[in-house]
Amino acid sequence: MSQAAGPILSTLIALPLLGAMLLVLVDGAREGLIKRIALAVSCLGFLLSLIVYGRFDPTVAGMQFVERVPWISSIGSSYVLGVDGISLPLLLLTTFLSPVAILASFSGIPRRLKGFMICMLLLEGGMIGVFLALDLLLFYVFWEGTLIPMYFLIGIWGGPRRIYATLKFVLFTMAGSVLMLLAMIALAVLHRSTTGRLSFDLLELIGAAIPFGLQVWLFAAFALAFAIKVPMLPFHTWLPDAHVEAPTAGSVLLAGVLLKMGTYGFLRFALPLFPAAAAAFSPLISVLAVIGILYGALVSLAQDDLKRLVAYSSVSHLGFVMLGIFAMNLQAVEGSILQMVNHGLSTGALFLLVGMIYERRHTRIIGEFGGLSRVMPRFALCFLVVAMSSIGLPGLNGFVGEFLILAGTFRVHRGFAILATVGIVLAAVYMLWMWQRVMWGESRRSQNLDLHDLRPREIAMLVPTILLILWIGLFPNHLLRKMDASVTHLLGGVRGATSEVRGVK
Amino acid sequence: MDLVLPRIDWAPLAAMLPVAFGGLAALVGDLFLPAGRKRFIPALGLASLALSILVSIGLWGTVRFSVNDAVVLDRFALFSYLVFALVSILSILLSMDYLDASAPDQGEYYSLVLFSTLGMMLMAAGGDLIVIFLGLEMLSLALYTLCGFRKAELRSNEAALKYLLLGAFASSFFLYGIALIYGATGTTVLRRIVAFLADGRPPSTLLLVGTGLLLVGFGFKVASVPFHMWTPDVYEGAPTSVTAFMIAGTKAAAFAALVRVFLMALPTLQVQWSAPIWVLAVLTMTLGNLVALVQNNIKRMLAYSSIAHAGYLLVALVAGGSPGATSILFYLVAYALMNLGAFAVIIALQARGQELLSVADYAGLGFRRPVLSACMALFMFSLAGLPPTAGFMGKLFIFSAAVEGHYHELAVIGVLNSVVSVYFYLRPVVVMYMNEPAIERPLVPSSAAAIWAVALSALGTLQFGLFPGRLLDLARQSVAALGG
Repeated sequence: MSQAAGPILSTLIALPLLGAMLLVLVDGAREGLIKRIALAVSCLGFLLSLIVYGRFDPTVAGMQFVERVPWISSIGSSYVLGVDGISLPLLLLTTFLSPVAILASFSGIPRRLKGFMICMLLLEGGMIGVFLALDLLLFYVFWEGTLIPMYFLIGIWGGPRRIYATLKFVLFTMAGSVLMLLAMIALAVLHRSTTGRLSFDLLELIGAAIPFGLQVWLFAAFALAFAIKVPMLPFHTWLPDAHVEAPTAGSVLLAGVLLKMGTYGFLRFALPLFPAAAAAFSPLISVLAVIGILYGALVSLAQDDLKRLVAYSSVSHLGFVMLGIFAMNLQAVEGSILQMVNHGLSTGALFLLVGMIYERRHTRIIGEFGGLSRVMPRFALCFLVVAMSSIGLPGLNGFVGEFLILAGTFRVHRGFAILATVGIVLAAVYMLWMWQRVMWGESRRSQNLDLHDLRPREIAMLVPTILLILWIGLFPNHLLRKMDASVTHLLGGVRGATSEVRGVK
Repeated sequence: MDLVLPRIDWAPLAAMLPVAFGGLAALVGDLFLPAGRKRFIPALGLASLALSILVSIGLWGTVRFSVNDAVVLDRFALFSYLVFALVSILSILLSMDYLDASAPDQGEYYSLVLFSTLGMMLMAAGGDLIVIFLGLEMLSLALYTLCGFRKAELRSNEAALKYLLLGAFASSFFLYGIALIYGATGTTVLRRIVAFLADGRPPSTLLLVGTGLLLVGFGFKVASVPFHMWTPDVYEGAPTSVTAFMIAGTKAAAFAALVRVFLMALPTLQVQWSAPIWVLAVLTMTLGNLVALVQNNIKRMLAYSSIAHAGYLLVALVAGGSPGATSILFYLVAYALMNLGAFAVIIALQARGQELLSVADYAGLGFRRPVLSACMALFMFSLAGLPPTAGFMGKLFIFSAAVEGHYHELAVIGVLNSVVSVYFYLRPVVVMYMNEPAIERPLVPSSAAAIWAVALSALGTLQFGLFPGRLLDLARQSVAALGG
């Protein structure tokens, strides 16, 4: 019974934050200890989230493990946490990728490891908070709270253009989210004018009667914040810069989790709060999503830097997720949620692999490599599996998600589904072409000949990820069944409200 | 002829008395203390402020009028006293080692700080425009002197002279405004002005012009555009400890008086005054933030930032009513903590009289002075309005008030401004953590008192950022009389 579990969700958030505080007290020179503490704390978080997964009741549509404590009571804001079938997969993704990213940082962080690990743990706490918060202000605090550690991660431990990249990242995100904050306030004030009670509680605000004209504005403000985070075209320009400059672990969490905060925001807030406006915006967003899919894929094709290629491929993959969300049927939305997890795993792993090769050769230019499959066979195999997962090879996770999205979209926007399929073909082209240029052929540099194959620590990062990729690919229903009730509930609410408003109009 | 003296009720003055006596005692004590014992003077100042805080807390909830309604005791005044006491305590802490320990004129310095605090208290407690003016003058005269406290430094002299000339100018506007309001209503007592306006007649031109002149006077004091010209030069030239005190104290006092006059006494004229203040707010926020973008001197940057913050506070004033006034009070606390905190870090980092004034001086300090730098980053995040800091909550409440008052455009302009501000507030953080120092400076021990000021400010900034509820409730009670 989930209700008797104690404040397990708060513990999930608090654990990494307490870990960060513990690290503050540790002497910065004791790097071994710092690494062990950070890894232990984040692994503990993963185990805890597995308990949540195990105890999660898939038949319940609403929130589970709910915790509610008054926070700023005079403006009706509370500390409300809860998890449902939409946030559960993302929670697990976060707690899984965090220890992997921390493990990846055992090397490659030449200085100030303590500060790095503190930022990683703070970031983990913030990301978990984003996926669990059910109060608008609390969500906003976590949402912005993730900015600060990421800002330091890119700015201190990043590449040569790190300062430009990190400021661009912060300013882009802020520009979108402050308007969302205003929209949250406006929504709460509006809700008070009908009910007489000021509240920022999401569950209370869903179903508030908002006139269509106003919904459009509020939806636009929320959508802008989320679209910048996803990122959707034309707000994507911060992404390649941030990814290229970020340290490996930063890229893993940025692509793996932070981008999902945007798509999750659409599902958790923008859709249920403003269903009529979401329906009205759906064609526009779908068009942008399709353009993003094709544009991201085409630009990936033209990259000569491995990390940039993976970064642009994210734009393309997230386009699929957005397309699925705005198809607004069970198949497509579940596909989207699954695809968020898939993208987190496969792109996270791609960044890890790129990081490994960068640590060995200090370059990421595709033209510098070639013939690596002979020198590093295990590395090449892992890379191939992950690339296949990213392309959507049947039997691996990417296939399930993309298939569901396309099948669901096909029922509502036939043309978009067909165009998006072209994106899958292009993905195969840029991924395989890249793999081929790096792994096969003659080595163009003599340094490539004595590269070390995967080390045990690197295998420890990649094998669990690949196992998950296989598990989701072969048994997707395990995860999908956990989503059913919540997604049906969400879509039911959206559809009901949409038809109601249409009737009034 | 018989001179009828008003009956004086001492309760409304009770919280001011310790500060007044503290100021006098500091002057006298300076005469008798031997050179080695001068530390006693700031301690005396802190004690008198602490006593004043205790009295304020003891009086919480009492509402009284004294001296023919000229001085008011209400929760609003008491809340303001607490803000001023906070500002003064932090300012004294960060001055203690900043001033040359052997300086002969310490008594003057601390008594001037206490007298200007007294002036602030009078402004917040003023039930009569004349009393508000007296408070303003007491505050300003003390500050003119403090600005020029480094007598041997040209910049300090320049700051004092500039501030004096423009301040005098502002005062005359203010006084003329009072005269016109007296002409229109026959009184300068706020309560009677309220009664005069209560009959719903359309306001006379005389009254409107008088109100406008008052606004100009206040505009100078809060450093609102277009009356802000003195701010950067004065804040840059004044001794750093004085800049810190002014930046937080003057603004708090002027806004307390603005709320007293515009929201409590002249709400019936809101239709007339809200439009010009709307324009002032937009100009002030935008100009402050844009010009701050290109500053390389950290004091100048914070000076322009203080202009921008005056703009945010004006947004709350336009929003008006209880939400607006509540958010002003909350914001003043947050503003005082984050600004004084930042100045305390600047002072704590100074090396043997050499201050780190250029942003580039902070290069590489992030890992050499980790605790102070982390606090500086916290204050910068708070000034920029990022959660979980008091600055974020303050902005949240201000923009909520604006949305509640249906000033949506103003709220949008405000939040976009705060995005711009992120850029320059993050610059010191970028430099501290992400740049390497050009020259390695030797690390020197910091002033213990300044570190106390940093610690207090940082704790407050986090406390009110994470759990703003209680402070917000207190602020709300303080303006409960406003209703709405």
